[in-house]
Amino acid sequence: MTDTIRDVADIETPHPVEPERHRRPAWRAGLTLALKIVLALVFGLPLVFMIVSSFKPDAQIFHDLDGIQAFLPVGDLSVDNYVGVFDRVPFAQFLFNSILISVLTVGLGLIMNSLAAFALSRMRIPGGRIALGVILATLIVPFEVMALPLLWEVNQLPYFDGTQIVQGWLDTYTVQIVPFIANAFSIFLFYQYFDSIPKELDEAARVDGAGWFRIYRSIIMPLAGPAVATVAILTFLPAWNQYLWPLMVTQSEAVRPAMVGIDYFKQLNTSWGQIMAYASIITVPVLALFVAFQRSFVNSIASQGLKG
Amino acid sequence: MKKTTSRAIVAAAVFAATAALTLTGCAKGGGGGAGTSDGQLVMWTHNAGNKAELAAIQSIVSDFNASQKKYTVKVQAFPQDSYNQSVTAAAASKKLPCILDIDGPNVPNWAWAGYLAPLTGMDSTLAKFLPSTVGKYDGKTYSYGFYDVALAMMSRKSTLEAAGVRIPTIDQPWTKAEFQDALDKLKASGTFAYPADFSTGLTGEWWPYAYSPFLQSAGGDLIDRDGYKTADGVLNGPDAVEWAKWFRGLVANGDISAKSGADPVADFVNGKTGILYDGGWAAEQVRAQFKDDALFLPSVDLGKGPKIGGASWQWGVSKTCGDQAGALAYMKFAAADKYIAKVAKATGTIPTTEAAAAMVPGYQPGGDNAIFREFSKKFAEVRPVTPGYPFIATTFTKAAQDIINGADPKSTLDQAVKDIDANQKSNNYFQ
Amino acid sequence: MSTIVKPAPARSGAAPAPARRARTRLVGGRKEAAVGWVMLLPAAVLILTFLLVPIGLTFGLAFTNARLVSPEPARFVGMDNFVALFTDDTFWASLRNTIVFTVVIVPFQSGLALVLALLVNTRTRGTTFFRTVFFLPVVTSIVVVSMLWLFMYQKDGLINVLLSKVGIQGPDWLGDPHWALLAIILMSAWQAMGFHMIIWLAGLQTVPAELYEAAALDGATRWQQFAHVTWPGLRATRTFILITITIAAFGLFTQVQVMTQGGPLNSTTTLVFQAVRSGFQQQQTGYASAISLVFFVLVLVVTLIQRFLTRDKEARR
Repeated sequence: MTDTIRDVADIETPHPVEPERHRRPAWRAGLTLALKIVLALVFGLPLVFMIVSSFKPDAQIFHDLDGIQAFLPVGDLSVDNYVGVFDRVPFAQFLFNSILISVLTVGLGLIMNSLAAFALSRMRIPGGRIALGVILATLIVPFEVMALPLLWEVNQLPYFDGTQIVQGWLDTYTVQIVPFIANAFSIFLFYQYFDSIPKELDEAARVDGAGWFRIYRSIIMPLAGPAVATVAILTFLPAWNQYLWPLMVTQSEAVRPAMVGIDYFKQLNTSWGQIMAYASIITVPVLALFVAFQRSFVNSIASQGLKG
Repeated sequence: MKKTTSRAIVAAAVFAATAALTLTGCAKGGGGGAGTSDGQLVMWTHNAGNKAELAAIQSIVSDFNASQKKYTVKVQAFPQDSYNQSVTAAAASKKLPCILDIDGPNVPNWAWAGYLAPLTGMDSTLAKFLPSTVGKYDGKTYSYGFYDVALAMMSRKSTLEAAGVRIPTIDQPWTKAEFQDALDKLKASGTFAYPADFSTGLTGEWWPYAYSPFLQSAGGDLIDRDGYKTADGVLNGPDAVEWAKWFRGLVANGDISAKSGADPVADFVNGKTGILYDGGWAAEQVRAQFKDDALFLPSVDLGKGPKIGGASWQWGVSKTCGDQAGALAYMKFAAADKYIAKVAKATGTIPTTEAAAAMVPGYQPGGDNAIFREFSKKFAEVRPVTPGYPFIATTFTKAAQDIINGADPKSTLDQAVKDIDANQKSNNYFQ
Repeated sequence: MSTIVKPAPARSGAAPAPARRARTRLVGGRKEAAVGWVMLLPAAVLILTFLLVPIGLTFGLAFTNARLVSPEPARFVGMDNFVALFTDDTFWASLRNTIVFTVVIVPFQSGLALVLALLVNTRTRGTTFFRTVFFLPVVTSIVVVSMLWLFMYQKDGLINVLLSKVGIQGPDWLGDPHWALLAIILMSAWQAMGFHMIIWLAGLQTVPAELYEAAALDGATRWQQFAHVTWPGLRATRTFILITITIAAFGLFTQVQVMTQGGPLNSTTTLVFQAVRSGFQQQQTGYASAISLVFFVLVLVVTLIQRFLTRDKEARR
């Protein structure tokens, strides 16, 4: 292991190493690849179905369900469904709202939750264990169960709407973001991850005179690449998929997010082709985020800790 | 390293600024007094995504706004699927709009809860409406609708003739035995995956709307409408058990699927089933595919005459509206025949007055769709007019689903009766 | 186990030699506690306000006869809701289904997710592609997923067609009370596996690469490396996944709502599904809160037992 700082992407992902005496047999590699391909088919087919169907007219979607052609782009293909989507739904507004809400929730959450996890995991705080226990206990309660009391509560809170203080947070961006920034799942994940970072790193930094915040910023967080990526992805998803809460708290299309938009296509005559098109488009941002962040699944411990 | 740091700083600054702007009020939705926004009367409607219906409503609103200077109405559209939840949440937050539309069977529930204000001074106008489209509770009128929707059995002339099945008419609908005979013949022909499709894959309000009429046709009902105190004897009496056995029999025989596909109309149009039981909204699609071969037939007579569901979306005024006079003025303005015709035409539904029907192509006497209006006039039965309806609806849905999956009819219905009675009682019979 | 080498301290030369340098009093005492609470405060305030308060209100409502839509205010009714709950057949069916679902899916889904993570924990070409594809079910809209699976589960649907090719007569998956829960299990596992694959992947990154090299030098086979290097290194991740999968499994709701609505014949109803149904559709908020309270206590007990069984037996460093 060298001391020079290398590009993170070059770092070897730790994986089992072949002992020198055995070369991996070719059939072994082939079998693994075959397994991966079969799994890729199993996991990937619904997306293929969705995208392919988004180019087909409604009647054909159901007609094709009979066989393999459901997954193939055959028949009467066109972009009519996509045109219909933009026509029927204020799509740009919805997409913007969803992105804004999700990015803010995740971004602010990353900072707030990692700070909390850092404090809980590496510092001695009176009442810290209890706090952690209570935070974990909130993981148990599903959102639907506490949605109504939460609704009542946000209606009591004061809100500054640019000109005056009013009561109630209904129909704003705030109500869709703030209740979800602090997230027990993120805290727990960061906590477990930080636990596996050696405490000697902290002590070394303290000897150098670093304060706690400095340790957090310069030692722990750079090492937490995989955890940050995981938390970013796994909290973006629920924020993006929010459905029940926006239903209850948004009233105007100005702040309505994209998930509620699916219902626009489920009027008396459901247009399945347009639903497929819409669903395809709103999957793209999440996938892009995933692809961008999964590069961080590389070992940061290997590179850190050895700097001069 | 420097470049990364400064880029990171810029990114962080932008992020912080966005957060600050967003979380304070620089993007707001509504505001203003109860149900109003900047002096305008806010109206909610369930048809976001349905361009034709929304456009029709909006044109009525613009006509109203243009016709006088005192009041302005503003439309906010919601998608239908989740509309009820949005309204319930708004009611819980005391942020209901001034004018809103409501699904017919929910009117008693919302009126009792104090969400709705009675519509005064409209009795003579509303007397001309199809009775199922006027929402009354406790002696007062709370809502009216522009249209109603009828359920029908749909099929093709060629199919029925090839199978040797009599084509029923409104005066001579299929009897229970005839219907079974028709299904047997269709099954024997081997052309279809299932002889009939009752759209059992749909969820939500569809189940009470579509299947309680069969219960009523057999002689039972969801609750004893004399006093609305108990369902005993009507939901679990011998007639009801007969209905349950018939319903389950259809599945056991292979005549219908217990859980249809996601889009039964598409399946019917694609030739997978021979008879489709669905609402008038499907007519356009069916006619587009089968043209003159399409048939729209009355429902089955299980003993007491065919029955279909009644009451669709209706309009009302909220009690917390800051400007009741304005809202009422709009309601009176909108109840004109030409507007009824406009909305019905846009939605492909039955106009509620005769005069409006004359203005809508297809619904004039003898027109293609006039038959639906006949069905509605003759067979429609509204769902029970009680604030306990939402509970009755979900209980019936579960019971019907259990029955269709093979549960014992009598004990399932007994349990449903027990639950419904308990709920009516615990609410003090909604006095 | 003896071949495990603990990662050496970062700089052996800097083993904390106390005293010599003037150390700011960071460790121990009030300053550490203060700074700690400052760091914890934002999250703590938000959690208190937006999680603990609503949860507390929910549990409080369990002792009232609150209604979703009603002109009358809620009245205190003591244990009435709980009595009604424990005499309700549907509740016991929900409880049974929830437990069965959890017991089956926790090992199944976490194990398979680990297999997936191991498969994509490489730097070979195409890894990004496979990682993304395995993650796809998690991001695809539930509306689309449910439509497709509803279709695949039909008596003559894709799954039975495939089964018949190997000579098995498949049942009517969603229509048969004996098979419906299994159908939901398979679909849920399929849908959420990518989620846990990510977490395993992150955990796999914390195993220092030099341990593998050291084990290889000692002549360990790949399986031995997994058992003695990877598996112990994943302890923290293992605990995390076990607890979160269990909690998520207990909270099964969406799949039931879109696929089976609790049927057929109560074979797929779950506690959360029943709570939502009674609260939102049947408008019995108080009763729904009672279900939620029972649910909370149940899951809390199970989670505590899990934490106890998986507690860190090694002394913390």
